[in-house]
Amino acid sequence: MQYFPNLIFALALITGFGFFGLNIRKLYRNINFGKDVDRKDRKSERLKNMMMIALGQSKMVKRPLSGFLHIIVYVGFVIINIEVLEIIIDGLFGTHRVFLGVLSTELYGFLIGTFEVLAALVFIAVVLFWLRRNVSNIKRFLSKEMNGWPKKDGNNILYFEMVLMTLFLVMNATDVPFQQAGIGNPISQFFVPFFNSFSEASIHLIERSAWWVHILGILVFLNYLFYSKHLHILLAFPNTYFANLNPKGQFNNLESVTAEVKLMMDPDADPYAVPTEEEYASVPDKFGASDVGDLNWVQLLNAYTCTECGRCTSSCPANLTGKELSPRKIMMDTRDRLEEVGKNIDANNGTFVDDGKQLLNDYITPEELWACTSCNACVEECPVNIDPLSIIMDMRRYLVMEESAAPQELNMMMTNIENNGAPWQYNQQDRLNWVNE
Amino acid sequence: MNVPTMADMMAKGKQPEVLFWVGAAGSYDDRAKKISRAFVKILHQAGVDFAVLGTEESSTGDAAKRAGNEFLFQMQAMMNVEILNGYEVKKIVTCDPHSFNTFKNEYPSLGGKYEVFHHTQFIQNLISEGRLKLDKTTFKGKRVTFHDPCYLGRANDVYESPRDLIKRLGVNLTEMKRNKATALCCGAGGAQMFKDAEKGDKEINILRTEDALETKPNIIATGCPYCKTMMTDGIKFKQKETQVIVKDIAELIAEANHL
Repeated sequence: MQYFPNLIFALALITGFGFFGLNIRKLYRNINFGKDVDRKDRKSERLKNMMMIALGQSKMVKRPLSGFLHIIVYVGFVIINIEVLEIIIDGLFGTHRVFLGVLSTELYGFLIGTFEVLAALVFIAVVLFWLRRNVSNIKRFLSKEMNGWPKKDGNNILYFEMVLMTLFLVMNATDVPFQQAGIGNPISQFFVPFFNSFSEASIHLIERSAWWVHILGILVFLNYLFYSKHLHILLAFPNTYFANLNPKGQFNNLESVTAEVKLMMDPDADPYAVPTEEEYASVPDKFGASDVGDLNWVQLLNAYTCTECGRCTSSCPANLTGKELSPRKIMMDTRDRLEEVGKNIDANNGTFVDDGKQLLNDYITPEELWACTSCNACVEECPVNIDPLSIIMDMRRYLVMEESAAPQELNMMMTNIENNGAPWQYNQQDRLNWVNE
Repeated sequence: MNVPTMADMMAKGKQPEVLFWVGAAGSYDDRAKKISRAFVKILHQAGVDFAVLGTEESSTGDAAKRAGNEFLFQMQAMMNVEILNGYEVKKIVTCDPHSFNTFKNEYPSLGGKYEVFHHTQFIQNLISEGRLKLDKTTFKGKRVTFHDPCYLGRANDVYESPRDLIKRLGVNLTEMKRNKATALCCGAGGAQMFKDAEKGDKEINILRTEDALETKPNIIATGCPYCKTMMTDGIKFKQKETQVIVKDIAELIAEANHL
């Protein structure tokens, strides 16, 4: 019975990490449901981007207040997690504050003291975040795509962090020998008076409970990530690494189209050529995207990385002028549909069975897609280099090339380009008239 | 005005130093034609040996591509590449950031590899080479704000060339609250120029015009024919056309130098 707590702890750890591992595999599979795109090039530039943007938060601070608060929570999260290492060792081997025996008292005190200060700062920052989301009227948190689960999800994360930080401080405050040593308790010492009236046994019980709930809470939080927008804490790193490095104005040239256009323009092509059996049998490439499987894996990674901050939407000219388009919603819809496809694959033994739904129309409407000015404001704004514009463009391509469903005025524009080489109906022979006017 | 074509040049066995890509707006749109003429005057003053394609020029296909019609874009691109490569064009300058962007970024993989300049970059080079001087007195003391075209700014990170030219006019350059990387689109990009906007509570060009008017400008400077149209319409809507003028930087320079 002596090892019972250690066993329970090990079991909790294995369950927590095991379940998380399974979900990460699903995540990886879902992202790979997308088409291939080569992002193996320019490794040093990619690494630099990841270091600057994800690790260094360089784009977060473009909005100073939320950027500053975010850095507190981010730094706090990363550094306080060193303490989790000690908790895990203690839990597995039944030790108590094992690092105190390994490190010098001063260093240990300094470390825990730092964690305590950070925990307090994180708590304050998280409360301010909560106020921003729930009390201040910040437009980007009130958009209609934030109703329901997304709003709840955002708050859940903040509650989790408040509770975890509180437990960490309570755990230290009720650790009597730790308080008596008087090292590393710059914050928790102020909580000690609350527990003065308790018996020694109750204080110990509170300490143990706080310790257990804290570590179990961390394991639950870890597993919550997969179901939450909070995945960005992991995916921001690969997402910034694999992000597009070309100028933002450069849209990819569809290779499947290039092949056909070259054939059309080839004077030696045989117009009466009969397709070979192979050509007959092969399914022609679909032009553009109507569902998540038509997008590439980076676009799907983008969708999982999005933390719904809404900076994109708050800078989108279409959204600012009351149009239906919201770049954030494009990313949220893509993830929602991808998760639906993932569940479909789970339910059908690893293969996707057509469910009669797709990203286009069932999630994203043509009205949203046609409101985009392709101005790249959303791409510029994203603190983790998500590219909503590329998804919008791929879906427009599907609408135009597969369904001929462009707005009438755009069809006229395109007909003009075909007929007279200009978007307006002017005679190509008049191209030089401007010289003499 | 003397505007030689590549065909004329070829007939004389000559190769100009740069091709001026006029673009559909610059060729047909009344407000944009003024930009083309102003730029040609600048080229003449600087003694630049240039030519245009004239009737051999066709749409770059940019608008078709942004509308989603990759077929039409690539057809236009390949036809243009054939003509440009036939004339052995090496350098292209254009007043249209959309043409600039597609030539610079999207034509190379379709066989069209050129050195591409936006006219503000080209004029900046002419000045640094000592081939052109700007008269600082004409617009002295005027308040000017610059509206960044998306396809010059965010799309290609060109923010300083237009500003450098404006400052050389001896004017007072004031920035809008949304400028450079955070500039607001005029509303014409992504083929929106050719269609009505979706249902909303405001037109984008009105919102952008309001940004500009907050700086209390005498002049709104642009570097894109479509932006010029959108901002001009915005100023008309706000009934400010007697107080504020909208002009391309090329027009301002031509006027400053009394061309």
